[in-house]
Parts: sequence; C-alpha cells; structure tokens
Amino acid sequence: MITKRIIPCLDVKDGRVVKGVNFAGLQDMADPVEMARYYNAAGADELVFYDITASVEGRALFTDILRRVASEIFIPLTVGGGIRTLEDFDRVLKCGADKVSVNSGAIANPAIIPAAAQRYGDQCVVLSADIKRVDGKFMLFAKGGRENTGIDALDWLEQGVRNGAGELVVNSIDTDGVKGGFDLELLDAVAKRCAVPIIASGGAGKPEDFLTLFRGYPAVDAGLAASIFHTKQVGIRDLKRYLRQNGVEMRL
Amino acid sequence: MIAIVDYGVGNLFSLTSSVQSLGAEVCVTSRAGDLRAASHILLPGVGAFADAMAKLTATGLVPVLKEQAQRKPLLGICLGMQLLFAQSYEYGAHAGLGLIPGDVCPLADDLRDPALKVPHIGWNALDIAPGRETDPLFRYVHSGEYVYYVHSYYAKHCAASTLATSDYSIPVTGAVRNGFVYGTQFHPEKSGDTGLRLLKAFLEL
Repeated sequence: MITKRIIPCLDVKDGRVVKGVNFAGLQDMADPVEMARYYNAAGADELVFYDITASVEGRALFTDILRRVASEIFIPLTVGGGIRTLEDFDRVLKCGADKVSVNSGAIANPAIIPAAAQRYGDQCVVLSADIKRVDGKFMLFAKGGRENTGIDALDWLEQGVRNGAGELVVNSIDTDGVKGGFDLELLDAVAKRCAVPIIASGGAGKPEDFLTLFRGYPAVDAGLAASIFHTKQVGIRDLKRYLRQNGVEMRL
Repeated sequence: MIAIVDYGVGNLFSLTSSVQSLGAEVCVTSRAGDLRAASHILLPGVGAFADAMAKLTATGLVPVLKEQAQRKPLLGICLGMQLLFAQSYEYGAHAGLGLIPGDVCPLADDLRDPALKVPHIGWNALDIAPGRETDPLFRYVHSGEYVYYVHSYYAKHCAASTLATSDYSIPVTGAVRNGFVYGTQFHPEKSGDTGLRLLKAFLEL
C-alpha cells in the first residue's frame, strides 16, 4: 500500500536554510544542498524548499541551489515562495522542481491555480495555506502569517481544489513552532471538505505527534516539519522506524 | 549514448540528471538520427494522453520509435509508459503507439476502497509478478522496495506484459515489458536509490 510521507521543509534565505518560530526570529541553520543530501540519505520521502528571499539576487541564488539539489537528489521536490505567475512556475520547474507550491500568489491572483493546473497538470500544483483561528473560525492569513485576509480558510482550500490544486499544505499558525503536536482539529476539518492529498504542517515536536496524526486521521497523507528535523531533535530514520513499528505504512 | 525523447511534454531535468549520475552519456533530442544512433531510448511524459500523443506525432518520431523498439531497449516512464499501449480512455478513446497490448483506463473507476485518493500520489511498494523476479530490469531491485507514483490512469488488460504491480486496493500496473519495450508507471528518476538501481539495470540491457 501507499505509504505516509515524512517531509522536511527547508526555508531558504540568501542561500541558507533558516527556520522561524511562529514565523519570527529567523535563525540560520545550514547549507541547503548539504541538508538535502543528509535528508535523502536519512530516508526523507520528499523535500520542500521555500524561497523566503525577496531580492532578485536571492532569487537567482535560490534557483542555483535548486538546480544543484535536483541534479543529485532523486526524490520529489516541491518548491514554493514568491510564486505569482506561470513564469515563476516555469522558472522552478526547469530547475528540477516536481511540484510548485502557491500561497500568497494565489491569494493575490486566484486564477494562477487553474492556469497552472491546465498547463502542468493538477499533480504539479500544491496549494499552501497559513491558517489561524479568529473568533472560533479558521481564517486564511497572508504575508507569512502576518495578515488576516478575511477569507474563510476551509472555503478557500475547497475552492482551490475545485480549481485544480492537486495537493494541500495545511499550515497552522496556532501550532507552528510550539511543538505541541499538529493542529488535528484543523486537519480534520480540511479532510472532510477536500479529497486531494493533505500535508500537515506546523506543530510537530516529537515522534508521537506523527503517530497521533496518522493513526487518528487517515485522510492526512504526509507530515511536514522543519526545525525538529534540522536540529536532529527528531531523526527521520528513527521516526519512520517508530511509525512502521506502530503500524503506519512507511518506506524504509 | 542514451536518448531521452524530447517532444515538449514535461520536465526532463531530473531524468537527465539521474541518467548522468549513473555515468551514462545523455542526449535530449527530438531528432530521428539520434534515436537511431542511441543504445537505449527513454520516453518520458507527464500531462494528458491525447495532448502528449499529438505532440509526439507532430515530431514525426512515431514511426522511428516503432522501428527502433524492435532493435534496442526502450523505456517509457509514467505517461511515456501509457503511450506504449494500444489505447487510452483518458477523456475519450485515443490510440497509442501499440507497442504493448492493453488499455489505459481511469483509476477512479476501478478502486475498491472509496477512501483512496486519485491521483495515486506517493511511495508504494513494488510487487514483482511471479516468475518475473529474474527479469534483467530487476537485477538490482527486489519485491517490496518502494517507488514513487503520480498518476490518475493505469494500464489494464495487459497481464501477459506485466512485470510488477503496486497495491492500491487493486493491483496497479507498475512495470511492463514486451520484448525490448519496457515501461514503468512510477518515476524511477524520483524513486531515490531504488529508482537509480532500476535505471542502471535498464541501461545495462
């Protein structure tokens, strides 16, 4: 049977991997190409690269890193950050990305989703959303989680899937960086409305958090995390062994 | 020299890099002469069947592929594998290259578990068909190893050509062979070390 996926996420700024806590206080971690090698050897099922640089130089540096990673790491690569146009899709796909993740770009221009799905196929378009509870409702946030768009997040994701998003990254701002476990309530709500693969993001602190996720919420396909993997607080191979021992289908 | 057929469908960066990483010389090409000169041919592809077949036809390479498939190893990958079949029922009936008997049909119509999602995206274990373990394609790969799939349609009515399947509530055709013609529904160039070993075995044919 198909496995659940464990996905390390590498936020890249000015050629280095960084990871924030609650999106603030960025801390330099390491060289992205070296980390990609390490994760591939450790058995990561996929890698996500987010380009969080704003400058033109930073962007060129990012695509160069991507090309280097894709020429030696042969597992699926998803790329996001600053994707606003079909030209942006083209730019990263040509450098070896398999899937392209849109977030703010889709909020600014929702038509990017159907346009990209038509050109590259649904499987290539990943809709990533930063979601936070406001007055008991799940709201869609923009600008790295700083701005409430006023859009209902569940409606947004459902509409995105209808428009051709082939996969969803559901990132909970409420649990991100807290390491108290994934936002199960949010993930369950998304899974009830969207039939495409769902990648849970934000909140994993220990192996048990992944087990709770995959056991309790079979509609969730993958778990994504950054700092706990980067700091080796949780080792990918140990995590996958632990999950398989506990009955979760894993590629080892 | 290994020829990767370039007919304007999909991203060839990873496939080219993976073959190069095995030390082989690669030529990404849409020229008949290159296919004739090559030792092996790789036919990639992503997207929709009809569109890909139309683009492949437009290159004029269809007769060359059919002729070369009798002489040297050809490997179709993902949609490239589906194109090898007689026909596909993706948005209407469309003729394929007809190098392997069988049909390409929607996965959604046949899945037994309604909770499973389409597309079938992710890592799934390869179940090598009984008696096919000795196929040279599996020289370095064993049953139970995981490979990476991304697809919504699958090949059926092709039992005689099936080398391996993966379980997705039904056995999904994963690898096929008819003479020199091989196909994998999964992406060996995205299947980590297992995929590289499978490509290495193909290049040694």
